[in-house]
Amino acid sequence: MPTRRQIFEARQRRRANLIAAGSTGAVLLALIILVPLAPGWDAVQRSFFNGAVFAKTFPGLLNAFLMDIAIFAWCSPIIAALGLAVAVARDLRTPALYPVKLLAIVYTDIFRGLPVILVIYLIGFGIPGLGLPRPWNSPYIWGSLALVLVYAAYVAEVIRSGIESIHDSQRAAALSLGLSSSDSMRFVILPQAIRRVVPANMNLFIALQKDVALLSFIGPVEIFRQAGVYKSLLANFTPYVGAALVFLAITIPATRYADHLMNRQRKARS
Amino acid sequence: MKLMTMTALACGFAGAAFAQNDCATGKTLIEGTFTVATGNPAFFPWVLDDAPESGKGFEAAVAYAVAAEMGFDADQVTWVRTSFDQSIQPGAKDFDVNMQQFSITPERAQVVDFSTPYYSSAMAVLTTNAVVDGGAEATVSSLKTLLWGADANTTAVPMLMDLIAPDKQPMMYGDNVDVTAAMQAGQIDAALFDLPTALYLSAVVVNDGVVLGQFPPERSENPDQFGMLLEKDNPLTACVNAALAALSDSGKLAEIEAEWLQATTGVPVIE
Repeated sequence: MPTRRQIFEARQRRRANLIAAGSTGAVLLALIILVPLAPGWDAVQRSFFNGAVFAKTFPGLLNAFLMDIAIFAWCSPIIAALGLAVAVARDLRTPALYPVKLLAIVYTDIFRGLPVILVIYLIGFGIPGLGLPRPWNSPYIWGSLALVLVYAAYVAEVIRSGIESIHDSQRAAALSLGLSSSDSMRFVILPQAIRRVVPANMNLFIALQKDVALLSFIGPVEIFRQAGVYKSLLANFTPYVGAALVFLAITIPATRYADHLMNRQRKARS
Repeated sequence: MKLMTMTALACGFAGAAFAQNDCATGKTLIEGTFTVATGNPAFFPWVLDDAPESGKGFEAAVAYAVAAEMGFDADQVTWVRTSFDQSIQPGAKDFDVNMQQFSITPERAQVVDFSTPYYSSAMAVLTTNAVVDGGAEATVSSLKTLLWGADANTTAVPMLMDLIAPDKQPMMYGDNVDVTAAMQAGQIDAALFDLPTALYLSAVVVNDGVVLGQFPPERSENPDQFGMLLEKDNPLTACVNAALAALSDSGKLAEIEAEWLQATTGVPVIE
């Protein structure tokens, strides 16, 4: 039997939901009615939302998207491993290993500071230009390396923030129990740190899924480039809209999942 | 080159005499000005030194000749830069005509107007001597086995698929510069370009570059014909067509072609 207070709160919630739904509906309706009133709407509709073009090009786009998925699939484990290694290297406290730590610092500074597309261009055309024989000059290899280098730098920073969020007393406690410093990192610090940064890394991997499209600039025909080919053949931008839909179909569930993880973590902490 | 500028100027003066009752009156973007768009950058030999204002280069010269034919002085021609995407997007255009080797296709013609062709190009195979030494020949069966590249914005892509149908998926790039970078890096063996562009790239841009052969325009089902691009249903299209027809009849167009694109002979034909 709900109390009077609970009944009141339920009614308030219902009222808030109704108002939210109503105002959202009003805005959507206004958009649906007003946008087509714009003088150029017909032309925009023909160029961007052309059903015939969409039907003609969408299967080809889906097919090209397999390339994006493949690149993502082989890059992401390497990024995770390299990011973890760099994060641990940045946390080294042995004086003799300072050069390694310095290298890790320089690496994250450089690759977090450069636009992804710039790194892809420089590595994708530059390294094969040194005269490497096939298949070692493949744009897939070097383009993937560029993605790995940039994203591992971000992942490393995220993992490092996780490591630093674990209080030093834990390390001290582990050492006093007789664990070596590498064992305390491995068995005490890292498992907690990584769990804490899962949502943040999830966001990075969503970003990576989108940035795979940048590899098209050095040759691979993935979905973005395929859409561009259709665009120039048909002089119509609808294939880009199709490509956008394909990306959203992947990234929206992934972002919702990341949000869900973050919420769960917040609740667990509070 | 000097002769060209002189003729362009002479035509300009001749045209100015009957400018008042000309077809183009009231149909240009800005009254009394003929606005021509080109690429950014504009490539040799279509425009020399990325400076179309000089009237040097095939397309620059054609633009001034067409302008003169329609009654515009050389100083009434202004140049703007657009990308391919800007030229096909819906909405108002900021040019009267756009010249950047636009191939006329029926699909594109549904969105924009094309003038009658001002040039018919052969498609040519750009490659390097290293690939030729490796055994590549100017035959379709030999070309099939190469690793191909193309500028994704051009009609070279469907032509590559139709004429050669390579064994491996071709690589696609954003512009000429990227295609040649990939060729230099050994990532592709060969690329398709219109013949004048291929000759220029092989001679100047690509180290060790060579034009292996050409597909003559009449061989492919769909000859690569360049037209001036105008906004859809632009009344100016008829005027541009009339001007091009006059230039073609008087032999002026052939003259311009001979001056700027004459080196296009002597390339072996691919059977």
